[in-house]
Amino acid sequence: MVKSESEMTWKDLEVGCIATEPGSARRYRTGDWRSQRPTYEFRKCIKCALCQIFCPEGCINQNAEGYFEADLYYCKGCGICARECPTGVITMVEEKE
Amino acid sequence: MAIKVGMEVSVAMGEMVKLASADVIAAYPITPQTHIVEHLAELVADGELDAEFIAVESEHSAMSACLGSAAVGARTFTASAGQGLELMHEVLYVASAMRLPIVMAVANRALSAPLSVWGDHSDVMAVRDTGWIQMFTENGQEVVDNTLCAFRIAEHPRVLLPLMVHLDGFHLSHMIEPLLLPEQSEVDRFLPPNSYPLSLDPARPVTMGDFAPPVIYTETKWAQEVNLRASKEVILDCWKEFGDAFGRYYSPVESYHSEGARVLLLTMGSFSETAMLAVDSLRSQGVDVGLVRLRLWRPFPFDELRQAVKEAEVLIVLDRALSVGGPGGPVCSEVKAALYQVEPRPKVVSFVGGLGGRDITVSGFEEIIKRGMDIAEKGSASEFEMFGVRE
Repeated sequence: MVKSESEMTWKDLEVGCIATEPGSARRYRTGDWRSQRPTYEFRKCIKCALCQIFCPEGCINQNAEGYFEADLYYCKGCGICARECPTGVITMVEEKE
Repeated sequence: MAIKVGMEVSVAMGEMVKLASADVIAAYPITPQTHIVEHLAELVADGELDAEFIAVESEHSAMSACLGSAAVGARTFTASAGQGLELMHEVLYVASAMRLPIVMAVANRALSAPLSVWGDHSDVMAVRDTGWIQMFTENGQEVVDNTLCAFRIAEHPRVLLPLMVHLDGFHLSHMIEPLLLPEQSEVDRFLPPNSYPLSLDPARPVTMGDFAPPVIYTETKWAQEVNLRASKEVILDCWKEFGDAFGRYYSPVESYHSEGARVLLLTMGSFSETAMLAVDSLRSQGVDVGLVRLRLWRPFPFDELRQAVKEAEVLIVLDRALSVGGPGGPVCSEVKAALYQVEPRPKVVSFVGGLGGRDITVSGFEEIIKRGMDIAEKGSASEFEMFGVRE
């Protein structure tokens, strides 16, 4: 694995800043952008998967119980899932830090 | 053995691109660059050059197509001028930062408004900071020679940068001159095949042109700076080896009777040849004057320039572009910056002239030199003088 971006010096860059490792964008923590996070009341969930379909980040997956939950490493906190959920499972709350 | 021809400089440039066996030409015609791409389109259509000629709908698309072409490792050429160069502006930065060795001819032209198809260096100066290697040429032979050098420099494994060959619109692009064209075997000996190291290849996937967050962008720009500066060594080697092979030598800063001269004039491009005649004339009248010609514009040849002017008391710079509301001539302001830390340094006098195709004759240059000497002695209230303007 290549160094993380915060460790790389200019000498570590490939010609033209070409990324030679496929899938390296996966390491990019877009969850850092979040100012609100989704919280869940799973007892209301009907497992319709609308939140997963609407998520622009593609970061909502089923957990062990089959409920849909955002991966906070990538979730940008846009709130579209909360807006689209037909049974009101998801509430967006302010990130504390 | 070189072939002697009488040929329009634009056509000769097209012939050199053919001799360099370019793989892809993506270009949009614009005066005064038109004859270069017209000739290349004919060569491809007639089967004389085995290349893709991509007839694009704009200069923005031309440069974008060149990015893709260079990214697969194809030898890539384009040409533009004036407004066309401006329309491809944003893509120029991408070409250099992505280290794509595209060669572009720029038939230097003024910028609108008012509309002017004629020559000056406004278009060059507007793309100054795009990260391309840039060189000026003075006559048709220099265009021929440096088109060949351009591919070798741009594609060199230690360079991998796009390169602009500047030739003055009309004053150079449309001249019919006696020229020496190299033979195919000579070109093949001098120019190795393009071997771009990380070209697009489905068997070896890479991501080109991805994004850089604040944590890494500074490093990418420093890498670019180090790389462009370092390209000078390869440029010097290339010119040396070109000289050894073809008998014509080039350097970043060239001189004419400048050794020990008290007064120096600095010019770029085709006007330098007229300026030489003015220097001859004034020297015959006992004026201690010489000429310095700036060939390499980026990377800027700081050491060579300081060396060339170190003994002069007065340095007069003629710019064919205006930095409106700024220091006047963009080249002069860089020359001043290069000399600021040097002691002793000549007094630097800035003139702007030859705009939008207006000629400066031999007597015009004599007037500039005399007026420059006068300003150096008595001073001036203004940052620069606009030569030949009717008050």
